[in-house]
Amino acid sequence: MVTEDRPVVSLERVRFRWPGQESDTVAIEELHLNAGEHLFVRGASGSGKTTLLNLLAGVHTPTSGEIRLLGTDLATLSPSQRDRFRADHLGVVFQQFNLLPYLTTLENVTLSCAFSSRKTDRASNSTGVAATARSLLKALNLADDLHTAPVATLSVGQQQRVAVARALIGSPEIVIADEPTSALDADNRDRFLSLLFQEVEAQRCTLIFVSHDPELANRFARSIELAEAGGELERES
Amino acid sequence: MNLLRIALKSARFRRTSLLLTVFSIAISVTLLLGVDKVRKETKTSFLNTVSQTDLIVGARSGPTNLLLYSVFRIGNATNNVTWETYETIAAQDEIAWTVPISLGDSHRGFRVMGTTTDYFDYYRYGDKRPLAFDVGQQFDEVYDTVLGADVASSLGYEVGDEVILSHGLVSADFADHDDKPFTVVGILDRTGTPVDRTVHVSLAGIEAIHIDWQGGGRSGVTLDAEQALKFDLTPTSITAFMVGLENRALTFRVQREVNDYQGEPMSAIIPGATLADFWRTISAVEQVLFVISGFVLVAGLLGMLTTILSTLNERRREIAVLRAIGARAAHVVLLIVLETLLVVVAGCIVGVAMLYGLLAIGRPIVTRRFGVDLAMSWLDPTQLLIMAGVIVGAVLVGLIPGFVAYRRSIQDGLDVRI
Repeated sequence: MVTEDRPVVSLERVRFRWPGQESDTVAIEELHLNAGEHLFVRGASGSGKTTLLNLLAGVHTPTSGEIRLLGTDLATLSPSQRDRFRADHLGVVFQQFNLLPYLTTLENVTLSCAFSSRKTDRASNSTGVAATARSLLKALNLADDLHTAPVATLSVGQQQRVAVARALIGSPEIVIADEPTSALDADNRDRFLSLLFQEVEAQRCTLIFVSHDPELANRFARSIELAEAGGELERES
Repeated sequence: MNLLRIALKSARFRRTSLLLTVFSIAISVTLLLGVDKVRKETKTSFLNTVSQTDLIVGARSGPTNLLLYSVFRIGNATNNVTWETYETIAAQDEIAWTVPISLGDSHRGFRVMGTTTDYFDYYRYGDKRPLAFDVGQQFDEVYDTVLGADVASSLGYEVGDEVILSHGLVSADFADHDDKPFTVVGILDRTGTPVDRTVHVSLAGIEAIHIDWQGGGRSGVTLDAEQALKFDLTPTSITAFMVGLENRALTFRVQREVNDYQGEPMSAIIPGATLADFWRTISAVEQVLFVISGFVLVAGLLGMLTTILSTLNERRREIAVLRAIGARAAHVVLLIVLETLLVVVAGCIVGVAMLYGLLAIGRPIVTRRFGVDLAMSWLDPTQLLIMAGVIVGAVLVGLIPGFVAYRRSIQDGLDVRI
């Protein structure tokens, strides 16, 4: 488990370069996030945002440097151990198409627990996984009748909130969101962000939120910007 | 929610393309099992062309030749067995019954067989089935005849019709026994054996029509049908005879005794064994059929491989989502393998259902036309083994798209933007 003073996310001299390319796609000297911190990562398309998220999620491994999550150096884990680690400690929200079309809303949310007994344990502490999923959905303004609906009948905004519920069920320490608002209009986007913050704070998750949209930065306490073509990280505050 | 449920729901979501694959697997399975079924039933039917007969005795010749002329009415005996010898052997204690047969004449392409009424009592075919009459009864008078089912149906004979036998095997006007017509008194049920193509008359009938013949042609004297009856119509020789023993354990001993008989050179064969030997020489066709249906199955599995590989593209996002949630490599591979398993198990079930459907519809037709009874039995161990092989094959085939899907998911990372 995490101690309060140890950073939840810690990157040092992380470089990632696709095979055959001339320059690094991702190059981050140093980045530390504590429990409950929210970080906004701004970057134009092609700045390696998605690659960074894949590195954090342990899907890709850095060419050099060290990524520690909750004190664990991802490089010391085997690919399947990294998959397990992701299942247990991370929640992920994509830009869109987060949901499996053949499952209901509720099934999509509880799916997170299918690959992690830790999340299952944590989600079922008092009332059971399905009840936890329902209360999460309700907290995200998704009414009961939507819970058993096929996800294709949901609006994009509703689908993104279902994705948040799925990322948060079982209280993972880290939530990664990759442009979750890019498919939403301004009103929906603001409401979505408010609900996201509310739930992430309720569970004291560390949030890493990636977007190309600079307008969103002012809603975060910390933000960084990825330079074009992977260059050095620019720090703001 | 476990992986099997995910695989099931995902497959149901894409059912249209998968159903076609299920159907093509089903056809392969039906074909494979169907060929196996027909092959076995045909073999059983063949091996039981004669049953319950322990020995067939004829003049000395090769076993296949003796079998061919005595059972299948193909070819000719090289020599006859004298009536005295027949009576001597038939009188032995070990022997329960004998049925003499006398061949040599024909009727419009069908062989004529002289025998005794014991033939109708003792002859068995298939699963110990006795001969049964469709209409009429056994022959009683010298000029009575009992027709096999094919003879009656293809020549349009009914009980009471007159039949003219021909001397030898070729129908020619000068060799007809037209002075001694026979009357149809019975028609046998179809058996699926050469009995169907046989014209049965009494041994006395065979004697009677040849009474004024010498060698291959008519002698100077002619005797009409009535006159012939006044003579002793006990045959001087027969072509062969079937033997049933009191005790089957004596089969080899009696066979040896017949083969060593001092009076005249004879051969005794065990029909089952000779039929099995003979089947081996003609069973190449069944092997070819089996190989062909094997290829149909391979084509079905390749079709499934193609379908599943092509669905991987539309499933990239699905797999990315599962990976993001924490699905491991093994899960992704297993998910795809489970889908192939679902398709092939469904294919097997549909295939078996189609097989039994076809059997239900085709059984009466096949029995009527070929005399082969396609019994509605449960799948036998070989057929279960075939299906197990199909399923194992499908799982192995499924590993290919499974690994392709996993490799792609590594390249794609978590966020697939298509």
